[in-house]
Amino acid sequence: MNSRERILGRVRRALADVPRDDSPIERGYLRRHGERTAEETVALLAENLADYRALVHRCAPDELPSLIGRLLTERGSASVLVPPGLDASWLAGTDAARVADRAGSTAHELDRVDSVVTGCAVAVAETGTVVLDGSPDQGRRRITLVPDHHICVVRVPDQVVSSVPEALERLDPLRPSTWISGPSATSDIELDRVEGVHGPRTLEVVLLG
Amino acid sequence: MSGTFVGMPAFPEAARDAVRDTTLRGTLRHATHTIRAKRAKAVAEVSDWAALREAGKRIKDHTLRHLDRYLEQLEAAVTAAGGTVHWAADADEANRIVARLVQETGESEVVKVKSMATQEIGLNEALEAEGIRAYETDLAELIVQLGEDRPSHILVPAIHRNRGEIRDIFRSEMGRWGRPAPEGLTDTPAELAEAARLHLREKFLRAGVGVSGANFMVAETGTLVVVESEGNGRMCLTLPETLISVVGIEKVVPSWRDLEVFLQTLPRSSTAERMNPYTSTWTGTTDGDGPRVFHLVLLDNGRTDTLADEVGRQALRCIRCSACLNVCPVYERAGGHAYGSVYPGPIGAILSPQLRGTASDIDASLPYASSLCGACYEVCPVAIDIPEVLVHLRERVAQGGPVTRDGNKVVLRPARGHGAERAAMRAARWAFRHPGALRAGQRLASRTRRFHPRTLPGPGRAWTGSRDLPPVPAEPFRDWWQRTHGGKDGGR
Repeated sequence: MNSRERILGRVRRALADVPRDDSPIERGYLRRHGERTAEETVALLAENLADYRALVHRCAPDELPSLIGRLLTERGSASVLVPPGLDASWLAGTDAARVADRAGSTAHELDRVDSVVTGCAVAVAETGTVVLDGSPDQGRRRITLVPDHHICVVRVPDQVVSSVPEALERLDPLRPSTWISGPSATSDIELDRVEGVHGPRTLEVVLLG
Repeated sequence: MSGTFVGMPAFPEAARDAVRDTTLRGTLRHATHTIRAKRAKAVAEVSDWAALREAGKRIKDHTLRHLDRYLEQLEAAVTAAGGTVHWAADADEANRIVARLVQETGESEVVKVKSMATQEIGLNEALEAEGIRAYETDLAELIVQLGEDRPSHILVPAIHRNRGEIRDIFRSEMGRWGRPAPEGLTDTPAELAEAARLHLREKFLRAGVGVSGANFMVAETGTLVVVESEGNGRMCLTLPETLISVVGIEKVVPSWRDLEVFLQTLPRSSTAERMNPYTSTWTGTTDGDGPRVFHLVLLDNGRTDTLADEVGRQALRCIRCSACLNVCPVYERAGGHAYGSVYPGPIGAILSPQLRGTASDIDASLPYASSLCGACYEVCPVAIDIPEVLVHLRERVAQGGPVTRDGNKVVLRPARGHGAERAAMRAARWAFRHPGALRAGQRLASRTRRFHPRTLPGPGRAWTGSRDLPPVPAEPFRDWWQRTHGGKDGGR
């Protein structure tokens, strides 16, 4: 008998005394916490992002290229990673060298790039989270991980939901997803939160709308 | 479980040194009190906490009740998405599978995401024996690995180290494992985190194999979920060519939607955050993004034995948040090492004796490592009634009874060392059934009370070793009641 059969057999014997029950699970919890207007939801997202040390900016579509240009300049970034489907106009206001998100790039090559600019799949107001799902404007998971500076553009209010349940509904489980709530952090020293470990130490979120 | 803990003394002996270590007690008190207050605040933010907790419990109970079906569904979904599923009945088998998979890649080192399952099976030691170096990349795990130490907390394995001790370990040990600590490293947490970033960076960038656990596995889609803070998880899950995840079979949930409960309750319960900095989900392999090869090792190692116990099986609902450790008065004083397992604290006291059985001194003593105050049950986000299971396991240890070990039903004999307790209980039962004898005994005790010792002799000595013997009143309660008609005649 192989281990698969052994384990499944043990499970079945262990449960011999328990009746099967296929009634649906009762879910008495809320879909979202409180009713808000679209504008209030965006404001809550901004507040919660900032609470976990993300730098939050708001701008209109025509201001985006200059804002991104300014953020890269202030950071002193000479190079920026660009996902294949990123709207080219977003980078119209910067001279930083574009580095394409290619399958062949090595991790060491990515490590030499200063910044990365992406869109997102959805953002969660209640938790201050942006979610990436590898769509063309977000690129491979590693490009938002290795560079130390991530600028993430959220289209508001369309891409913003209130809650975790609403976010999961919008995502395709078969796509790899990365949920980002503030820059990387640790609570491992005396259970106190410190920002800045392995992921990007600076996370800037641009609320575009 | 891990060989590191073999031969551990029983909990009371192991705890004695920790309780006398004032530095350790100060460190633990500071850390647990910090997180306690923060958790309460994070939980109070969501008005439907009780409903989320109830739903989490029900999802887990439902999954466990149909575990065979969900495991088969998971296997099919992971396979369809390009992954390979392996089944490991125990720690040795899991270690052999992982070692073989690493050897097949031709690599001799792996980077690891913090994982309780791989700690439990002693994977690092097993890989070392095969000539494979495993680098821990979680900050706390790194501190434990560099310090040749043992983990003492589920979430923060180095909780027993304060910032000064961490700096000393980094200064003296980092150089032996790779890039040394920066010159002039101080003990500020930000600098220590920076030192870890620099030290591990080169290992991430060159890694060919990543080893992880998972917080959840979705049966319906074959999706795995890792919840983390530092980004070391993302590094291990996305940069290497090969990813091997070792996951306990109880980590499965039926549907993608079920994550909506746990992604709300887990971060608030563990690090007291609305959401942890990074959560990664992946389903098999994705063309051009992340590892090209994905192996999932499903681990039993005592879980099906635990599942067979109708009271104890609720321990398998655990999502490893560690809220129960942080509120436990016993954990706060004794620290994690005394529990002799990678699972310390209240959850460890019910998990270890079920996963490993109660044959060793440490495992037989763990159900007693509690004052039964119930704080652990109150904070548990999946409502595990830890005190109920503790009492149930105490009964098993003291009286013996039917249990399942390695899939076989066996009858446990009463443990040694509980003879005096059983004799005392038998005597009490007899006395309560014979009111005349009880009355005579109580009167005799009251009259002789001036001569009573302050500690018990013989087998009772251990009991009074850490407790005062309660003083016997001058008059038995029943006599007082009769004499005064229940206090109506003026009390005394």
